[in-house]
Amino acid sequence: MKINIYNKDMECMKRSDMEALQLERLRNMVDYCAKNVPFYRERLEKAGVTAEKIKTLDDIKYIPYTNKTDLRDTYPFGMFGAPMKEIVRLHASSGTTGNPTVVGYTREDLDNWSEQVARICMAAGATDESIVQICFGYGMFTGALGLHYGLERIGATVAPTSSGNTEKQLKFMRDFGTDTLVATPSYCLYLAEAAAEHAGEFSLDNYKLKLGLLGSEGCTPEMRNEIEQKWGNGFFVTDNYGMSELNGPGMAGDCVFRNGLHISEDHFLCEIIDPVTGEVLPKGSTGELVVTNLTKKGIPMLRYRTKDITNINYEPCACGRTTARMHKIIGRSDDMLKIRGVNVFPTQIESALIGISQISPHYQLVVRREGYADNLEVKVELIDGTLLAKYSELEALQRKVHDKIKSILGIEIKVTLVEPKSIERFVGKAKRVIDLRNVK
Amino acid sequence: MRVKQLSIFMENKSGRIAEITRILASAGIDIRALSIADTTDFGILRLIVNKPDEASDVCHRAGLMTALTDVIAIQIEDRPGSFSEAMQFLAHAGISVDYMYAFLTPGDEKYACVIISTSDPERAEELLTKAGVSLLDAEKIYSL
Repeated sequence: MKINIYNKDMECMKRSDMEALQLERLRNMVDYCAKNVPFYRERLEKAGVTAEKIKTLDDIKYIPYTNKTDLRDTYPFGMFGAPMKEIVRLHASSGTTGNPTVVGYTREDLDNWSEQVARICMAAGATDESIVQICFGYGMFTGALGLHYGLERIGATVAPTSSGNTEKQLKFMRDFGTDTLVATPSYCLYLAEAAAEHAGEFSLDNYKLKLGLLGSEGCTPEMRNEIEQKWGNGFFVTDNYGMSELNGPGMAGDCVFRNGLHISEDHFLCEIIDPVTGEVLPKGSTGELVVTNLTKKGIPMLRYRTKDITNINYEPCACGRTTARMHKIIGRSDDMLKIRGVNVFPTQIESALIGISQISPHYQLVVRREGYADNLEVKVELIDGTLLAKYSELEALQRKVHDKIKSILGIEIKVTLVEPKSIERFVGKAKRVIDLRNVK
Repeated sequence: MRVKQLSIFMENKSGRIAEITRILASAGIDIRALSIADTTDFGILRLIVNKPDEASDVCHRAGLMTALTDVIAIQIEDRPGSFSEAMQFLAHAGISVDYMYAFLTPGDEKYACVIISTSDPERAEELLTKAGVSLLDAEKIYSL
């Protein structure tokens, strides 16, 4: 297996050198924020933090956290560190609740971002010979343009097919000989299902797909296997991580060993905290990821609370990189459902469902409050017609799904079998939870 | 030739039977017999139709989950005790019935037709024939 590393100096740096570089950049960043962002100036003053007070990386703990609400409250440009004259690009998050969050990039920011994405694409196995289709929606969302610029940076051929129009996507994939796909895991799976439906006309051998750079929503190892099996022919799925507040995709990504997502540590300083108490946890612990931008000028984030639950491994990787690796996102502290006092992550249910071949990997969770108790209903799609011969076989399947989920969650649930394709498919982030507890 | 029964997976929501049968009606499918059990969240609609393969295709295209399975159809006299006699042959041979449903043969009110789903249709057919129970041919059922 050939391993390509985009920026060996940064990605294979000695840990002590990396930490020294991070400390220097952190101090510069604190200084930059105090000088250029009134929001931070006020907060840092109040906390009594100056660049001089940061003597070691651990001293970051004196800087207050930044939350998504801070970005909303200062909508649109309140947290920008550079004047609009220097801002060359704007992106925004979906803003499903209240104001969207808007981020701005200087030319240097875009350059750094492209490099970060270039690193993760190359780590995953993309090269200057790759032919890539980007099925993320273009527009204000960072996913599409982020990957676009990074892939162009390594010299790949990029087709910005954007989201939707599945028939056209499949036609281009066949006709262009597309070997790399950028999409959400659920859309990649949907494309595989759609391709299989037309197998009479175009067999899966008509597709040259080798590599999936999937992101923007969670993907359990089980779902990854499912996607790889559906496409077949050695299709290799990689995960990557990022969010618009921290540039976009490209903060971290899988290498070919897929043993944690390599973080561009020269640009991002990561911590793991207890999401409830806000206390910094020891290295290796699982908790909420907090990230500080070390180089961003447009809208720098100091200790930004991602709400994503993960852990970080600082050991060097078999691929030769020494950059720290974050575990695939285990859950969202936001998505976490609290049902009868138990923490439930949709990803846990997903991992229970995959591997049961009689149902599709698409599911929906409905939470209701009945009397004083919360009840969780899991809707799954039946895809195996042979079970229709006997009603008892359907009941047995329902029981099997029920028992598997119950053993993982430890709470009683209700499983409902629904008709195939009756659960909505999502091109963007999948919305799998319907919480009716506060609906009267 | 055994009779093909079309089974359709159906969520228990209002109007669903109407929708599914509308799909069949618009394809010109004629229903000979049907059965649906009292269920909670989901059910299986079992149908004997004039064109089972075509009906199955129509349902599949409409995104429904279906299965075509072989069932046997027997003709019995419409008098007290005739059904019980037929069942005794099966019981003695240890053949278990998964489910069944019956209808009167149109135009010939002396006879009833019973659709039987069993785990071993071949043996059931053999036994019933030997015992003198008349089995209805698939074509005959479809064209009733």
